[in-house]
Amino acid sequence: MRSGRGDRLFAGGVTGLALIVPLTLAGITLLMVEAAWPSITTYGLGFLTSSTWDPVKEIFGAAAYLYGTLVTTAVAVVIAAPVAVGAAIFLVEYAPQRVAGTLSFLIEVLAYIPSIVYGLWGLFVLVPLFRENVEPFLQSTLGVLPLIGGLFSGPIGGRDLLVGGVILAIMILPLLVAVSREVIAAVPTAQREGMLGIGATKWEMVRGAVLPYARIGIVGAIVLGVARAFGETMAVTLVVGNSSTAITSSLFVPGYTMASAIANQFVEASGQLYFSAIVEIAVLLLLVALIVNTLARLLIRRVAGTPQGFAI
Amino acid sequence: MSAAAIASPSWRVRRRRRVADTVMAVLLTAATAISVGLLLLILGYLIVNGLPALNLAFFTERPKPFGVEGGGVGPAIVGTLIVSAVAGVIAIPIGIAAAIFVTELRPGRWAAIVRFAAELIAGLPSIAVGVFVWSFLVRGLLGKYSAIAGAVALAVIMIPIVARTTEEVLRLVPGSLREAALALGAPRWRVVMRVVLPTARAGVATAAVLALARAAGETAPLLLTALGNLFFSTDLLRPIAALPLQIYQYAASPYDDWHAKAWGASLILVAVIALASFALRAFAPRVPR
Amino acid sequence: MLDAGMLGEEKKMKFRLAASALAIATLIAACGGASTPSPSSSANPCFPVKGQCPEEAQQLTASGATFPAVIYTKWVDEYYKATGVQVNYQAIGSGGGIKAITEKTVDFAGSDAPMTDAQLAAASSSILHIPTVMGAVVPTFNVPGVTKLNLTPETLAGIYLGAIKTWNDPKLAADNPGVSFPSTNITPVFRSDSSGTTFAFTDYLAKVSPEFKSKVGAGTAVTFPTGLGGKGNDGVAGAVKSTPNSIGYVELIYALQQKLGTASLKNASGKFVDPTLDAVSKAAVGVTYPDDLRVSITNSPNAEAWPISTFTFLLTYKDISDHAKALAMARYFWWGTHDGQNFAKDLGYAPLPADVLTKAEAKIHAITSGGTPVLPAK
Repeated sequence: MRSGRGDRLFAGGVTGLALIVPLTLAGITLLMVEAAWPSITTYGLGFLTSSTWDPVKEIFGAAAYLYGTLVTTAVAVVIAAPVAVGAAIFLVEYAPQRVAGTLSFLIEVLAYIPSIVYGLWGLFVLVPLFRENVEPFLQSTLGVLPLIGGLFSGPIGGRDLLVGGVILAIMILPLLVAVSREVIAAVPTAQREGMLGIGATKWEMVRGAVLPYARIGIVGAIVLGVARAFGETMAVTLVVGNSSTAITSSLFVPGYTMASAIANQFVEASGQLYFSAIVEIAVLLLLVALIVNTLARLLIRRVAGTPQGFAI
Repeated sequence: MSAAAIASPSWRVRRRRRVADTVMAVLLTAATAISVGLLLLILGYLIVNGLPALNLAFFTERPKPFGVEGGGVGPAIVGTLIVSAVAGVIAIPIGIAAAIFVTELRPGRWAAIVRFAAELIAGLPSIAVGVFVWSFLVRGLLGKYSAIAGAVALAVIMIPIVARTTEEVLRLVPGSLREAALALGAPRWRVVMRVVLPTARAGVATAAVLALARAAGETAPLLLTALGNLFFSTDLLRPIAALPLQIYQYAASPYDDWHAKAWGASLILVAVIALASFALRAFAPRVPR
Repeated sequence: MLDAGMLGEEKKMKFRLAASALAIATLIAACGGASTPSPSSSANPCFPVKGQCPEEAQQLTASGATFPAVIYTKWVDEYYKATGVQVNYQAIGSGGGIKAITEKTVDFAGSDAPMTDAQLAAASSSILHIPTVMGAVVPTFNVPGVTKLNLTPETLAGIYLGAIKTWNDPKLAADNPGVSFPSTNITPVFRSDSSGTTFAFTDYLAKVSPEFKSKVGAGTAVTFPTGLGGKGNDGVAGAVKSTPNSIGYVELIYALQQKLGTASLKNASGKFVDPTLDAVSKAAVGVTYPDDLRVSITNSPNAEAWPISTFTFLLTYKDISDHAKALAMARYFWWGTHDGQNFAKDLGYAPLPADVLTKAEAKIHAITSGGTPVLPAK
């Protein structure tokens, strides 16, 4: 019958196109691991622990880049998570529906801003602000405290790990808000009514009934934010300083992240080992992205079903 | 704060609880205000700094030599349009096909594989996609920097977005519609192409526009594939300019004229993206975004 | 809803999908690679370079050094007006240029640092270095209240080694009587990308400071112990301009364009020299050039020479199979080393000295396609 053949053609065509997706993923992974192989075999695990990055002597250790990525991501999460979860709670529990809709939309628009525009804004607005006002203030107040004072020590240049972290915080904020919102909204009404029924205030209801239920999902949202922050390149590269100095404790030090190292050095990495080392950093980013994204989705799915609303 | 505390009749405890409630309400409102305020702040800077740079020359001329004022980002605007369009031509059919595969054809394990692969690709850092396409096309197959390499890199980024949103939209189409069509004797492929897809038309358009908007703003993959071009070019096999690349070069430069142009180009990019998402909201409000 | 007329619709949609796939495949397959070499006509319309040349390629792709980007972007603009050929030069740094030409992802490249033996060996065939202009690598600074700065090799090396940490260090005061420096920290700015400018700068410092040589060394991508990284000459100039109390190294024009201070350096003969184009030209006097022109002219012994002077080169394969491209490139190089020299002084570069120009001409004549020189012998 004609329709039988039509169906088979259709199925064939659709399947062919659809299978390009897993094929591409496989291709990406294989090609990059192959390109990184010389570096992987030469440096082994030392790649992650050594901070000597010397293209001239061909000694490559990406610890400084890893450190920069971890620090900026940590700063981003510490700043963005409370604000995002707070906003999410407000939008779900406190705001009237139409207002919540508009406000959510506005926050989501933040996610549509391209990362290079964040970089531009960060470079021209945040860097001078931090260099002239914020960082001297932090140094004179928190910088004198015993343990955490070390975070705010050293000469202030404006382009450093702190500003990198702040711009990342702004960038992951809409993602965290969107996912946290979904997760919190997914908490069954019965939970809330139970608390309110015994006379709890709104905040007590949130804290006692909603948050414990949503906690896993919120952690998932944060993990997604971490994944996003890890891979973010353009915004960070303009404000983070791009200096491969050794690992210190200060946030005021210009640094690199793994992604910004690739962006800066990829086009000029001549010499097979140098090129291979750069690709190995990309492979590491790939690995982290794969693991963290899978983990995050598992966490979120437990609470809120398939995550929507962040086709971003 | 236990059930006992809630039940406590002591006015001291009650007042403490009320104060805590108010304080938290204020903090939560502040958190929202900060989030929304950030957007308004960034948009404000874009408008104030970007508008003055927008003149006719900005849109129509090509860049002047380093340090010379004037000229424009015409090649970059044309380049972004071309590269995004080509990326769309590649990515949209593949993304829709993947969504159809997963929702309509549903051969069990393979659907899960395709969907999982799409999600993983979505999580890849865009610089890594650039590295891949550089190795595969720029150094490999094509042997040079080119617009098509840039388009392929953007397409890789777009496919998961198209696939995921289209999938959600297809699922919203009532099963009864499909069953009715099948009951009338239509072959499967006709049901999908003639019934399901047209019903989900708005949502699929949403998916496409969202993905295009995302692709238009990407810089890192283009750095390694499209290279950039000082001249207007429509040749897919040559390097091509693009707005995000231009913004990057201009932002890091010391020239005030270029800084102003970077703001202007950013304003255009964000304006186009915002317009697209506003339009979507107006015409396809029920679609999960 | 479901009748025979619908057939056309689905077929159309499928056709569109198939057609776009085919179109993409065809595009990729139809690489603009093969071109018909024209008989090596005397090419009188094509040489000397006066206007359009029908046999040449109309577009060229190049990438590389930011050091000469100010003049190269001027050149491509003028050359387009003169001949209609679009030379797309993307300034990504000398290291990027060297890699691109090695992997043949561009037609030619720009670099201030000559390719090393290892880099030349990695290329598939012989690469020519064609000098185009000379320039000064200048220490440029942004220190409130300071307009004139004298530096010696020791103090410059000391700053970049992190040994001299503040502007009011006595070592700086010793060479700058009467200047009142602030007590702020010095932020040295360097190149975060692989750079020929870095090569010239560190080549000089390694020659004058044994400590710098052993701790940092000379090269296009060295590891500086302290400071801020900027991408490209323009990135370093931008960083210095926006960071108070900083110092960086850039080609002269970048400092002039940003109205940043330029330091005077004590050269090998003991004189404090300003970074002028005359001083740069003096650094090329009496130099013995190797056959391949891979030369360094830093720390010149000449009395008035600027100590961090350098040539900048265009890198091309000696033999290029695509005749149209080879011709286009040879013509552009010829134009640049002749007509292009007129723009040099206004843009902060020194033109090629006569003896170097002769050698550059010989190199350009040496460019062949399939073994035959593309330009007629003079």
